[in-house]
Amino acid sequence: MIEVDDVSKSFTVRRRTGRLRRSRTLVGAVDRISFTVAAGEFVGYLGPNGAGKSTTIKMLTGILTPSSGRVRVGGLDPSRQRTALARRIGVVFGQRTTLWWDLPLRDSLTLIRHLYRVDRSTHRSRLAELTELLDLGAFLDTPVRQLSLGQRMRGDLAAALVHDPELLVLDEPTIGLDVVSKATVRGFLTRLNAEQGTTILLTTHDLGDIERLCRRVMVIDHGRLAYDGSLQDLRATVDADRILIVDLARAAAPIEVDGARVVRTDGPRQWLAIPPAVNAATVVAAVAGRYDVEDIALREPGIEDVITRLYRTGVPI
Amino acid sequence: MRLYAWIAAYAFRRYSTYRVAALSATLTNTVFGFLRAGVLIALWHARPSLGGYDVADAVTFSFLTQALIEPVRVFGGSLDLTERIRTGDVSIDLHRPADLQGWWLADDLGRAAFAVISRGAPPMIGGALVFSLRWPSPATWAAFAGAVLLAMLVSFGLRYLVSLAVFWLHDDRGIHAISLVTTMFLSGMIIPLVVFPGWLGTLAHALPWAALIQLPADVFLGKRTDLLTVYAFQTAWAAALFTAGRLLTMAARRRLVINGG
Repeated sequence: MIEVDDVSKSFTVRRRTGRLRRSRTLVGAVDRISFTVAAGEFVGYLGPNGAGKSTTIKMLTGILTPSSGRVRVGGLDPSRQRTALARRIGVVFGQRTTLWWDLPLRDSLTLIRHLYRVDRSTHRSRLAELTELLDLGAFLDTPVRQLSLGQRMRGDLAAALVHDPELLVLDEPTIGLDVVSKATVRGFLTRLNAEQGTTILLTTHDLGDIERLCRRVMVIDHGRLAYDGSLQDLRATVDADRILIVDLARAAAPIEVDGARVVRTDGPRQWLAIPPAVNAATVVAAVAGRYDVEDIALREPGIEDVITRLYRTGVPI
Repeated sequence: MRLYAWIAAYAFRRYSTYRVAALSATLTNTVFGFLRAGVLIALWHARPSLGGYDVADAVTFSFLTQALIEPVRVFGGSLDLTERIRTGDVSIDLHRPADLQGWWLADDLGRAAFAVISRGAPPMIGGALVFSLRWPSPATWAAFAGAVLLAMLVSFGLRYLVSLAVFWLHDDRGIHAISLVTTMFLSGMIIPLVVFPGWLGTLAHALPWAALIQLPADVFLGKRTDLLTVYAFQTAWAAALFTAGRLLTMAARRRLVINGG
């Protein structure tokens, strides 16, 4: 579905260096990345702000032309065949809306039906289906400006799917949503991928999205692909420390034991980082034997820790 | 093609949702019609038959041009597109399988159609209640309608260029000020172009802004009966501005850095 082969993109940035003088510098946004996404995959695309996520997406959808390398989406060259490609893909930006602010949601969807030349009867059945799955019924006839963020997001998802695209590209679709709305959106995406076989590429900062939705994760950092594989392997690749939380009877100097180090203290509570190579039981035993411990808890590294560590160290694939 | 008709229809509806705003604006337009009529009456009393107009022509010109303010957007400026470029929402427009310029033209014609009804009629009615305006024959009304439609296209062509300039400027206040002044002055909105002396008059009549106000008004008042020449002039400018808009759209796509994207 998506083939990205050795693609780079750099922008020319002009800076004022003197009263009239300006200098041009070439800023690389994406640096020789390659990956493929097969039809039916659900891929998470992660990266810190400014890592090159949006640039990659814009090259995939054809509104940016790569500086070098080759991009194919559904067999098309996105920047040359942008319009043809647009008819086959759906794009959702969590921070923007494709809907008409002053018009009821239903009217926006009708206009989008004309945009994608979907015939009336197909549209009717598809709209009924989307209305049910995304629970749009209550606000189909409400002007978009009166919708809550969660409702608007569901409306935007419906708008991106009016023409039944083969590929859905989502840019932070759950940003700002409450827990319930997030769950609705995630449930819907899972069904869309499983039942209709729609290929989904999801960029997000919400690691909960990735954990619940994506079998495969790609991490981009400083314009380079830092990781491409399953979430489990990512955890294994990036050795994140486990954290031992120790409540002492009273505040004390930082605990000293072999194999672990104190990363934080707060009164009688201390946090110890245990590297993956060290047996946690040994550390627990050592702490309990030498200190007056009231309570003790061990926390496994969450996806956040894994990603943070990956961003910092940039472990190669 | 059907898509663009739908876009225009939806723009019409979109603008018609703000009826109170339209009502207060049209009231202002009408009041200003009386102010301008007062000024022009004084001018034509001092200089009768100036520029080939008499007092009745000048008064009709005041109200007619007040009625044209919103349909041809005589205050210049740009389209809602500017705001979308500034916020980066234009990336949504660019993801659509539609032509950016055609899309916004359809949108603007829908807006203009609503403006003809909501903002065009009241100043004419208001003026007619107080003064005896010069009313044209049905044939001239038809000719006038054609000139206004072409004026809308020229107006769109100008404002589309101003809108796209934001791709390069990142701040649109300067160009809006320039657009406001040139459009007001060179369209004949402040003073009819027929009053401009010598080469200034000739130049103003040759520039695209003349197509917005002066030419439709002259057709309405029966000063210009050479319709083919008038239409040809307007069409030529509309075509030139469209072509410039097309080239600029292509250039914008090439250098695209979507703000906040």
